[in-house]
Amino acid sequence: MLKTQELALNMGPVHPSTHGVYRCVLTLDGEYIQKAVNHIGYLHRGLEKLAESRTYNQFIPYTDRLDYCSGLANELAYVMAVEKLLGIEEEIPERAQYLRVICAELQRLASHGICVGSFALDIAGSTGFFYSFRERDRVLELITRIGGNRLTPNYMRMGGVAWDLDEDFFKELKQLMDEFPAYLDEYDGLLTGNEILQTRSIGVAPVSKEMALSYGFTGPNLRACGVDSDLRRDEPYGIYDRFKFDVPVCKNGDTFDRFCMRIREMRESVKIIQQALKDIPEGPVMAKVPKVIKPPVGEVFHRIENAKGHLGFHLVSDGSTKPYRTRIYSPTFVMLGAFPEMAKGTHIMDAVLILASIDIVLGEVDR
Amino acid sequence: MDKIVNREALVGELNQKLGNCAEIFEDTTNQSIKVKADKIVEVMRELRDNPTYELNHIMNLSSVEYPENFTVVYHLNSLTYLHKLTVKVEVEKANPQVPSIVSLWNAADVMEREAYDLMGIVFTGHPNLKRILLADDFVGYPLRKDFKLQA
Amino acid sequence: MQILINLADGIRGWIIGMGLSDTSAEMILTAIGALGAVIFILLHVIILLLAERRVSAAFQLRRGPNRLGPLGIGQVFADVVKTLAKEDIIPAGADKFVFKIASTTLFATALLAYAVIPFGDGMIIQNLNIGIFYFIAIGSTATLSILMGGFASNNKYALIGGMRAVAQMISYEVPMVFSLLGVVMLTGSLKMSDIVMAQKDMWFIVPQFIAFFVYYIAATAEINRAPFDLAEGEQELIAGYFIEYSGIRWALFMMAEYANMVAVSAIAVTLFLGGWNAPFGLTFIPGFVWFLIKIYLMLFTFLWVRWTFPRLRIDHLMHFGWKFLIPVSLANIVVTGIGIYVYRMITG
Repeated sequence: MLKTQELALNMGPVHPSTHGVYRCVLTLDGEYIQKAVNHIGYLHRGLEKLAESRTYNQFIPYTDRLDYCSGLANELAYVMAVEKLLGIEEEIPERAQYLRVICAELQRLASHGICVGSFALDIAGSTGFFYSFRERDRVLELITRIGGNRLTPNYMRMGGVAWDLDEDFFKELKQLMDEFPAYLDEYDGLLTGNEILQTRSIGVAPVSKEMALSYGFTGPNLRACGVDSDLRRDEPYGIYDRFKFDVPVCKNGDTFDRFCMRIREMRESVKIIQQALKDIPEGPVMAKVPKVIKPPVGEVFHRIENAKGHLGFHLVSDGSTKPYRTRIYSPTFVMLGAFPEMAKGTHIMDAVLILASIDIVLGEVDR
Repeated sequence: MDKIVNREALVGELNQKLGNCAEIFEDTTNQSIKVKADKIVEVMRELRDNPTYELNHIMNLSSVEYPENFTVVYHLNSLTYLHKLTVKVEVEKANPQVPSIVSLWNAADVMEREAYDLMGIVFTGHPNLKRILLADDFVGYPLRKDFKLQA
Repeated sequence: MQILINLADGIRGWIIGMGLSDTSAEMILTAIGALGAVIFILLHVIILLLAERRVSAAFQLRRGPNRLGPLGIGQVFADVVKTLAKEDIIPAGADKFVFKIASTTLFATALLAYAVIPFGDGMIIQNLNIGIFYFIAIGSTATLSILMGGFASNNKYALIGGMRAVAQMISYEVPMVFSLLGVVMLTGSLKMSDIVMAQKDMWFIVPQFIAFFVYYIAATAEINRAPFDLAEGEQELIAGYFIEYSGIRWALFMMAEYANMVAVSAIAVTLFLGGWNAPFGLTFIPGFVWFLIKIYLMLFTFLWVRWTFPRLRIDHLMHFGWKFLIPVSLANIVVTGIGIYVYRMITG
């Protein structure tokens, strides 16, 4: 009498397609997933505990290393949260605000570049990987000019930004932004329009609006399900209310929609940077902030629209120079919790694509 | 500035519907209410489903250790009205237990596991309350103030 | 080209002059021919190793290996030395005998296919009467070696890879055979040299272009090249059926893949692209060189397709093979048959 048996497969911490040290134990029936169990924590560095023994300024480099694909945006979220605690949100100079917007949108371009490239790599169209990383490299060179480091620039400060940027930087930025839409059309031609990619990702793991809200989806993954929500437009932080940009929304919430969202959002980011380059005024880049940052007793929760979702900081201050409690809400940590549900019943090759479309970064998941 | 729910009306409505469970919590954010631990699931369900408030998006679930108690902080948001609310639940230090809200939002699954893992707050009714970030056999709760870093 | 035939005649004459019989002369010549085929394969494996990396680099806007030697030629020697120097690891629970012979048998089947490939006029190791049939039969034994490699590794990823390979290779045997039947019908013979002679005036790609495309796709699936390289996976199964192989055993798998690629290109050239016939009457270049040029063109298309397209999913692959390629190739046979009948009726 022939029987079939379920196979327990370990997509281990060392795997070419898990986007970092992430382990998933799959129970397979043939090649279809019956159950998936996440195991994370391989990159847990205890940032929340470390924050309690660092001053507010000293913690800024640590936030770079959360989602290491978008360092400047993480710093922005933290710095804005502390400024809210200090009550100096209105005093940030105009030029600093524009520079912050440029940095955040540049990081969005870099982060989405990784998502597009890794998706192409996971579907074995590795040429697409090189195309998107070619652009990402130019963005990273600009970020090196901003902060000295490709991935961990450490540029934002409480009250503004650390230093001003020179004319050459803006010239190169303008040139890159002028050329970028043509590159995005190239990705569309090579990847989005590809028959095999569409067949493999359309209809795979569709997420409904209710499921997305229940599982705490934010960012492009939420907009791919049809929920029109973007913090930059609905609750503008900084000076985002001065920019005109569309918020792309897709209908089905499947893997293909999540992938397309990234390319469409890159187009909007290019628009925002071009508008910022036109309007940026001269002036100081740092407000008058005391040397020792001692916020009054209180707490704050501030979040920004990061490339991957809503990155939030919940800070509790007891009046001293070090935060009493720092809680980092990372979007991919919560969205990864939805992966077992999304992967159930799909093929093992689809599970790899679903993971790529959620766009996790283990630095942010594990903190 | 954030749009905030009208806390007096909200607290009145909650106390009327579910018995004496909620009160305004005075802190610097001016958007918090304090809820009794045993009624938290009903309160959350009311907050989510009531059409006046429709706080259908859970933004954050934190756990904070104060000298006198543990506090679980829920940050709620409404995607329809774009107003916010912070819900705080205080539990005693000796035996911190809070009912789990996994039945309302699946996102709370991983966030409550993390709060249990790092702070040691037990969420009753959670389907799978195991450590998530640290190793399964880790002893101690790192985010507590009595856990000293070794460097 | 004549030089190799003169060489063969010379050797035959020398052996008979030494007093040995005719048949032993033939056997020795066949052995020398087989040795020549091995050298041909190894040479092309070396060329392909480097070509793949440099061609893929050109597609991906980068340079590829260019440090060791001019054009990176030294890279191949470096790779070979590194591979030979690696430790031979056999996993603990693996079936040792099957594990050891799997890679060797795969390379052996790839080698056996070269017996019927016509490199030039009169340059074929064994001009069998059932030439193309022999090639197809040998090609299907490769499935067994991959299954052996997958099963004997005691690794779940290898098991899944081996299973996928069997499903895929068996499914795409059928359209491959059907696509070649059209050419056989036009020639009226299974002999390789007859097929090449029949293409003196017009290459068979012209009447059989549908069969050519079906054969190209089916051949890509047979040799496990992208976009049909599910058996080795790489993004899901890390390396599929050869995940546990290291050193020279892994190198044999790689060599077998490249040898298969060249063999399949050679068959495509022989059956559809005119074999060693010169196009446009440019006969001052010997047939052997034309054969090589055409093979290199086919190899380039294989590399091109590999580095452009993403990978299909296994159920899409099976649907495509069974529900699209087989009906198309069957329709091709029917149309070819009707065409031959009508042609015979017209020409009397």
